[in-house]
This record gives sequence, C-alpha cells and structure tokens, in this order.
Amino acid sequence: MVAEPLETSSLGQRGERAEFEEDRIIVEANDLNLFYGETQALFDINIDISEHKVTAFIGPSGCGKSTLLRCMNRLNDLIESVRIDGQVRVEGDDIYAPGYDIISLRRQVGMVFQKSNPFPKSIYENVVYGHRIAGENDRNVLDEVVERSLRSAALWDEVKDRLDASALGLSGGQQQRLCIARAIAVEPSVILMDEPCSALDPIATGRVEETLEELKNDFTIVIVTHNLQQASRISDYTAFFYLGKLIEYNATEAMFTTPQLQQTEDYVTGRFG
Amino acid sequence: MRSGFLKSGEPLIWLTGGALAACLIMIAGLVVVVAYNALGAFWPRDLVTYTTTAGTKSMGQMWSAEPDRGRVQLKVGNRDVYGADFKWIDTTPTTQVTVTPDAVAFERREWGDYYGFVEGVYEGERRLAPGGNVGWAEVRASIAEAHEVFGKIRGLETGGLESLDREIQDLKLTQKTAPGPEVDQQLADAWRRYEALTVTVDELRERLERVVFAVVTVDGKRSRIKAGDVVSAHRPNGLGTVEKMAIYLGRVWAFVVDEPRESNTEGGVFPAIFGTVMMVFLMSLAAVPFGILAALYLREYVKQGPLVRAIRIAVNNLAGVPSIVFGMFGLGFFVYGVGGTIDQLFYPDRLPAPTYGTGGILWASLTLALLTVPVMIVSAEEALASVTREVREGSLALGATKFQTILRVVLPGALPGILTGIILVISRGAGEVAPLMITGVVKLAPSLPLDTSFPFFHLERKFMHLGFHIYDVGFQSPNVEAARPMVFTTTLLLMAIVLLLNIAAIVFRSRVRKRLTGSAV
Repeated sequence: MVAEPLETSSLGQRGERAEFEEDRIIVEANDLNLFYGETQALFDINIDISEHKVTAFIGPSGCGKSTLLRCMNRLNDLIESVRIDGQVRVEGDDIYAPGYDIISLRRQVGMVFQKSNPFPKSIYENVVYGHRIAGENDRNVLDEVVERSLRSAALWDEVKDRLDASALGLSGGQQQRLCIARAIAVEPSVILMDEPCSALDPIATGRVEETLEELKNDFTIVIVTHNLQQASRISDYTAFFYLGKLIEYNATEAMFTTPQLQQTEDYVTGRFG
Repeated sequence: MRSGFLKSGEPLIWLTGGALAACLIMIAGLVVVVAYNALGAFWPRDLVTYTTTAGTKSMGQMWSAEPDRGRVQLKVGNRDVYGADFKWIDTTPTTQVTVTPDAVAFERREWGDYYGFVEGVYEGERRLAPGGNVGWAEVRASIAEAHEVFGKIRGLETGGLESLDREIQDLKLTQKTAPGPEVDQQLADAWRRYEALTVTVDELRERLERVVFAVVTVDGKRSRIKAGDVVSAHRPNGLGTVEKMAIYLGRVWAFVVDEPRESNTEGGVFPAIFGTVMMVFLMSLAAVPFGILAALYLREYVKQGPLVRAIRIAVNNLAGVPSIVFGMFGLGFFVYGVGGTIDQLFYPDRLPAPTYGTGGILWASLTLALLTVPVMIVSAEEALASVTREVREGSLALGATKFQTILRVVLPGALPGILTGIILVISRGAGEVAPLMITGVVKLAPSLPLDTSFPFFHLERKFMHLGFHIYDVGFQSPNVEAARPMVFTTTLLLMAIVLLLNIAAIVFRSRVRKRLTGSAV
C-alpha cells in the first residue's frame, strides 16, 4: 500500500500551488533534513506557511509532523542527539543561522502543546508569564494583557472572578485555552499547535476550535492533528506527511475532495493510516 | 480451592496489612511506654508512712512494689540524712501503712527532695512561727520571699556580672595589644563596678540564708533547711485532685523553662531545648540551600553520563555512612582545621585558649548538615524530576531562558517535594546525637548560644542537646534511679519537639500545595 513518495513529492513543491500566490509567506522550510542520532526523521521538506491562515499537518503517527513543527521554534534544540540541515526561514530570516536570537524567535513563534501544561501558578501569572520574563511588571499593562488574551482565548468569562486561583484547578479544556491565552499574550505572529485537542472531550474540542476561528484574523496558525474532520473544519491548507516526507500539500478543500495522489486519498478517506 | 485463594491475592493483603499493623504497634508501644513513665513523673504523690512491727518508721513516695517477694520500694528522699534516696521495706501483715496530712515534701536546690514535718520557722534564733498547720502559711510566705530574692540574684548575675566579666576580659586583651592610660582607667572602673555588684549579690545571698525551717523526719532525725534552698514545698496528703493538678502543671512548665540542677537529674531542660532547636535551624540553614543547589546542578545542568551516575551512587552511600564517622570528620576538619585556622588568624591574642578551635554549636550544626545533605540532594533531585518536560518546554516556548525556566517554573513546581526533603532533613538531624558528642555538645553549658550581649549569636559556644541529655542523665549520672523520670520526660520532650518541627513543615507544605493546585491534597 506504500506508494513511492519520492516520485510524487513534487506536488509538495511550492511552484505548483497557484492559489497560494496571493498569500504572504511567513514561515518556509527549504530542503530540511532532520536526524535523531543515526535515524533520519525528516526528508527534504519544502513547505511554505501562509500568513493569517490555518495550516494543518496530517499523517499517521511517527510521520514527522510534530518534529517539523518543533523545528519552527527550535524546540528540537533541547534534544541532544538532533542534527538538522537545510533551512527554516521565519519572516525571511534563517533561524538556524549562527548567532540567531532564539529568545526573540520563540516570542515570535508561540506554541501550544498536546498536553495542556499550565505552570504551577495563578491563572493571572500564567497569562503574563511571557511579559514577566521579558521584565514587564507594570500592573496596568499586565492587567490589560490578561483581559485581552483571555478574551481572545474565550476564557475570560469563566475565570475573570478567580484570576488569582491556581491554574491547576481548571478543567482540561480550560487549561488548554489558558495555554492558548498564554501563547497569544506575547503577541506572536505564528502559533504552532501540536495536537491541542487530542486530550480533550468533544465539547472542549469544539470550544477550542471556535477559539482558533477567532484567532485566524490576527495570527498564523500551524496545527498538527490526527483528527481529519478537525483538519477539514478549521484549516485553510492541509499538508499530508508520511514516513518523514511531505506527500501532498494543498488547499484543504481540494485535499479532502480531489486529492492528487492515491496515497492521500486513501488516508483522508480512512482506508489507511 | 487452595490455589484459588492464593491467586485471589488475599494472602498478600493480609501480609501487607499485618506488616503495617506491626509497625504501628511498635511505634504506639514506644510512645505509650515513654509517655506513661514521663507524664507520671511530675504528679505530687502522697507521702506514705510504713511502720514495721519493730517500730521503725519510713515515709516516702511509693516507687515500686514487689508483692510476691513481700517488699515495697519507697522514695524516702532526705539524701543528706539517709545517704540514699530509696529504701526497700519488707512488708508483713503487721506492717502499718498510714498517711499523715501534715507531712511536707520540700523540693530543694541541693540534695534532692526532703520529706518530713516542720517543727518551726526561725530567723536566727528567733522563732517566727510554730510547725504544723499554724506555721504552714509562714513557711509558704518565706519561700515566696526567698524566690523573689533568688530571682534578683539571678538577674544581677546574668544581666550584670556576666557582661561585666566579658568587658573586663576584652579590656585585658586591649591592654595587652594596645596599652595606654585610658585602657587602664577603663579597666579599673570596670573592676570597681564588678566589685560593687558582687557586694550587692553577697548581701542578697545572706538574706537567703536568714530564714530557716526546723524539720524532723518521720523517724525523729532533726535538721534545718534554709528557705533559700527550697524550690517548692507542699503537703501532698492533704491536697485534692485539682490542687495536685495545679502543682503538676506548674512542674511541667518549670521542667520546660528552667535550668537543670543536681548534675541534670533535677530541674528543667530549657538550655537543652534551646540548643536542640537552634542547632536544627542552623543545620537546615546550611544543608537545605546547599542540597538544593547541588541537586539543581545534577538534575538540570550537568550532562548525564557515567560520572554523574557515580556521583549519585556516592551521594546515596554518603547517606548511609555511620554518623560517628561524620563526627570524626567534623572534629578533624571543622573544629581543628577550620576553627584552628580562624583562631590563628582572628583571635591570636587569646591563644592558647581556643575560641573557634574547639567544639561549638556552629561546628556541630555544620557536621550534621554534612550528614543530612545527601538526604536533601536525593529528595530535591526527585522533586525536580517530577516537574514534567511539557511544563519546561511551555516556559522555553514563551521565550524564557533556561535559568528563568528553572527559577520561575521548575523550582515552584518542585517546592512541595523539596519541603518533604526538608522534613526528612529535620527529622534526621534532630534525632542524631553521636556526632554532636565530639563536636560541641556538653553536659552543662554555662550560657546559651543566643543572648543579649553583642553579637547576640555566639556560634562558638558549646551547647546542650536533648538527645545527649537523655544519655547523660540516664547513664552518666551519679543517681541513676532518681534520674529515671527525667530520662523519660526528656525523651518525651525530644519526641514532641521533633513532631512539632515536622508538623510545622507539613502545614507549610500543604499550604504551598494548596496555593499551587487550588486544592489541599
């Protein structure tokens, strides 16, 4: 059932996507290869992420979509055995260039994780964390940040009366929206989401998805998901990965209705994967 | 059927439950034995008179009875008269047991208790009051007055004489290093004040000697007791339960706040309580930050490898080294090494008398800190490991540096676990005696390591410790039998203090947890 991705990966090349041309490209990967020790996890990835759109990464487990996501804010740096060649550019700058400022990169490219990971602090302190570490301590500024971020994450009404309560006392869905609020509080241009709903029940998932819809106007969102319905519901573009290679990348509607490749069709129709 | 029973896991439940029950029974048994012996020690027991067929009379507190051998042991007190505190009496059917209401129990500053009867109160040769019920009020009044005078003397001694003494010592040193007429003048002045104070104290002491009680034992031996020598006097046989309770509570209080007397077999244990608590604090002050820092490096910064594994094994082994070994190291390194060097550098004038080059509370605390730091490292490492990778990555993904992540996310998250480590450190440190015996604990310390004279903390001073106190009173005292209640009460007190320190830490931990998680788990 495994097709030959190398032959068909040309569909992932940027030149062939006519409908992308009017978009502004904010993140791009050029001939990106990534190795965990001796094992290669990503093969010659070339992908452009459009500004103010939702781009979904789909594919079976272990296909490298989370790894690629973590390349975009250099979170893979934490793993000692990782080696990368190729380029990742954010706003045109090569983020793997020597001397590149990781701190400012991560403020520009925020991230929401698979498991909600609120800090053992109050709700308020969770949201303003990014500002605190940047040295911002003006209460007026922080108050404004908290309200704005929590409103954007559709959490404000639920927690406005208990901002000083511990974030660990929130429900799973609330915690995940708090993590979204925390990520957007520093006003990044891109938000990476690594299966943000995989640990949530359908109702909580629905609320997070509504939040994403709102956020699209101000942020570029890249979301890794195992949930194909979710990808089709919320994303503008979808990229299908298999065994570390980008197989097909297109507008979401086209991906789910008229996929170019048999392999993609098999996956999105649930026949394999 | 049988194998079904085995497979059901039932035997394991019984085994585990039984093991837990055995532990609880042992602990409860220990506490009950100690508490029973300790709490009874302060009860003002009746003075019982035994009259044998031959007519010999003995009066004292019932201490123990051996009915099968037909004898009882009385605590007859009056060590100055009889030579011993205890007496075995063979009981026969004709032995008379009586309880006389006017028998008096004196608790004295020297020679232990006196049990007998008051015949009169005298000032010099003048008789102030007769004995019996009529003179009892006068006895109480003279003791109260003597207490007042005694308090004044103590105040002058600790407040005035001791600080003057230190001033004179310092001036003498100055005279040696930088002589001059001004210093001579100051020294002479200090001496004058010292002597004037001594005269006042001597006058007060004479007042203590003025009033005496003429007393007689049950078997007719007469003697005199100075009012100033009496700690307390009561007539237990005539007292009701409420009055006895009041005396009991007063004695418990005195035990906690007073200084020891009679080579520690009587009086209170306040200096030992103070020394124990202060030593535990100093030890925690040294061990806790040091342990946390070491754990931080081991867990967060260093590249994991065989060397780090070896270090971990070494740290774990260090926690199992016998404590006396740490004591030897403390004596050699801290006392003679560091302390001796400090003396040579900063106190050469006082040599050969050592200042820091001898055992003291600082060296004892540091030795114990060394002993407990592995415990702290191990538990702090576990606490740090319990902070998930997701939370760390969440912080880094917001643009935090590793240092910011550790300071703001990892350490707060690890705090409950670190506090558990602190509890373990305190428990281990408070219960340790052996290394202290050679690094600064003494049987009787002349002054506390914290007082009102500059610089307030006297870390070079020797100190008393409850654990050592138990050993000293129980096994090194001249009067082991009389000291037995003291051993149990001191043990109970030590257990209570360890419990108290732990409870304080546990309450603090649950508060922290509550703040972190929003629920009191």
